[in-house]
Amino acid sequence: MSAYQSVPAAGGRLPLGRVRALARGQGVPIAAGTVVALVVLAAVFAPLLAPYDPNAVDPLAVSQGSSAAHWLGTDDTGRDILSRLLYGARPSLLAPALITLTAGLAGTALAVSAAWLGGWYDRVVSAFLDLVFGFPGLVLAVVGAAVFGAGLDIAVITLSLAYLPYIARVVRSAALRERALPYVSALGLLGLSGRRICLRHLLPNLLPLVLVQATTSFGYTMLDVAAFSFIGLGTQPPTAEWGLMVANGAPGIIAGQPEQSLYAGLVIVVFVIACNLLGSGLSRRLLGEDR
Amino acid sequence: MADAGAPAALEAAGLRKTYGDFVAVEDVGLSLAPGASLALVGESGSGKTTTARMIAGLEAPTAGTVRFDGRVLPGRRARTAVRGSFAGDVQMVFQDPYASLDRHQRVADSISEVLAHHTDLRGSALARRTAELLDQVGLTAGQARSLPRALSGGQRQRVAIARAVAVRPRVLVLDEAVAALDVSVQAQIVTLLRELREQSDTAYLFITHDLGIVQHICEDIAVMHRGRIIERGRTLSVLERPGAAYTRKLIDSVPRRGWTPKRGATA
Ligand SMILES: Nc1ncnc2c1ncn2[C@@H]1O[C@H](COP(=O)(O)OP(=O)(O)OP(=O)(O)O)[C@@H](O)[C@H]1O
Ligand SMILES: [Mg+2]
Repeated sequence: MSAYQSVPAAGGRLPLGRVRALARGQGVPIAAGTVVALVVLAAVFAPLLAPYDPNAVDPLAVSQGSSAAHWLGTDDTGRDILSRLLYGARPSLLAPALITLTAGLAGTALAVSAAWLGGWYDRVVSAFLDLVFGFPGLVLAVVGAAVFGAGLDIAVITLSLAYLPYIARVVRSAALRERALPYVSALGLLGLSGRRICLRHLLPNLLPLVLVQATTSFGYTMLDVAAFSFIGLGTQPPTAEWGLMVANGAPGIIAGQPEQSLYAGLVIVVFVIACNLLGSGLSRRLLGEDR
Repeated sequence: MADAGAPAALEAAGLRKTYGDFVAVEDVGLSLAPGASLALVGESGSGKTTTARMIAGLEAPTAGTVRFDGRVLPGRRARTAVRGSFAGDVQMVFQDPYASLDRHQRVADSISEVLAHHTDLRGSALARRTAELLDQVGLTAGQARSLPRALSGGQRQRVAIARAVAVRPRVLVLDEAVAALDVSVQAQIVTLLRELREQSDTAYLFITHDLGIVQHICEDIAVMHRGRIIERGRTLSVLERPGAAYTRKLIDSVPRRGWTPKRGATA
């Protein structure tokens, strides 16, 4: 067997190899990851970074363009746009994070249990997921708001439900594939309980996929939450929030002061694209080499 | 095949499996005495894997029964506690060494997890027994700490065998367990299986389409064709004087290697 022991243990990569890999096309996901990380940091450290109180009105500096005092200008009540963008990152990210977390956890639990148990339970879960999948998240959220009233909490609850299939459907089919692998049969034969096989073996192997799906859907949920606030059903003024800022700045566009809508919209678009690119980068890296 | 009187480790009778109208396995009966070794051979699609999976309880037979020491194997949907009680009766090693192990579990952990489930061993005693089992199949301590992806196919198959042997099964089903490996590694695994059998009274059901290695492990052979067992007997005598025309065809299609059938006046 000596001839068969020449395979080196994993993990002995040279840093040089990493640098080359970066140059060979991992630059995009790394840049995307950096953008996402920076936005998250901005949200966390908004009080330190923001030059002004986000809600401080200044009647003497209304609707200004960018200047040394206000880098990104001011809005129609003289509030500093940069400060509002920084503070606005908090609700703009927190709600999508909660949604992604809930949909990710519940979706994975549903998916794995359905794939494992099969039978009528799987059929009911799948039918439910297909049904929910048919509704765009925003429509569900608006219906929720119509019934229970406006507010970010309604958006979080309804969008968590709406994004459930986005995670669960993909994870379920991966779990079905995983379950059919001989190692799962072997573990069953060895007498391990289904619960243990699911938690200790299926789940860790499915986690990269969950992460990929969650990353991508984080971007889309943020877009939905922003849209929900944009139409006035989410975050309420005067709280700074990106979707709300796009809406607030809308009259300014006609008046030739597009700064508020422009910058807030730009931040949303960049963040969604970054999540998408990061998701597909992770997918290539985590799922490509794993099989 | 088993001695009359001695209780069979495995007794399968009238096994039948259909997929829709297609009959994959028809009226297969097998019996293994403790420590016996039976080869199940046949061309691709002859129903060997289906038979093995029914014996291991991974597939519900359309008809027929599988008994270990007289106990009937519960179905695939039986409660895990019930199924688990059969772990010591039958284990299976699968054809694909690359999918037989959890790719996120270190080799030693995959053994100790099973040991911890079936024995009272904990802590250092558990680690010692794990190392012992891995040593027995010729794996080093370094390999024990690595993930499956750092191992070759032959080494992974050794891990799968060690894991199966860890529960001291009465019957070990090996479904093309060496088919994916190259010839020199096959020989190592075959040697390993022979050694393991000398140390316990585990009975082997050795499934293969490669007649070349059969006589090195199995005293008895059963030939499958289109879902049925068409011939059975002592390995050497079947290989030398096949009764069925199909068996002869099967033998003739194997490149001469481990054995040389003596025919007619030769030597
Ligand atoms: N789940 C299934 N659904 C439908 N047909 C099946 C299924 N499993 C096996 N079969 C069919 O049953 C027959 C026997 O298959 P089996 O896998 O037992 O053959 P085998 O002898 O193990 O062949 P090989 O040497 O290629 O592994 C084949 O014709 C196969 O197509
Ligand atoms: Mg087969």
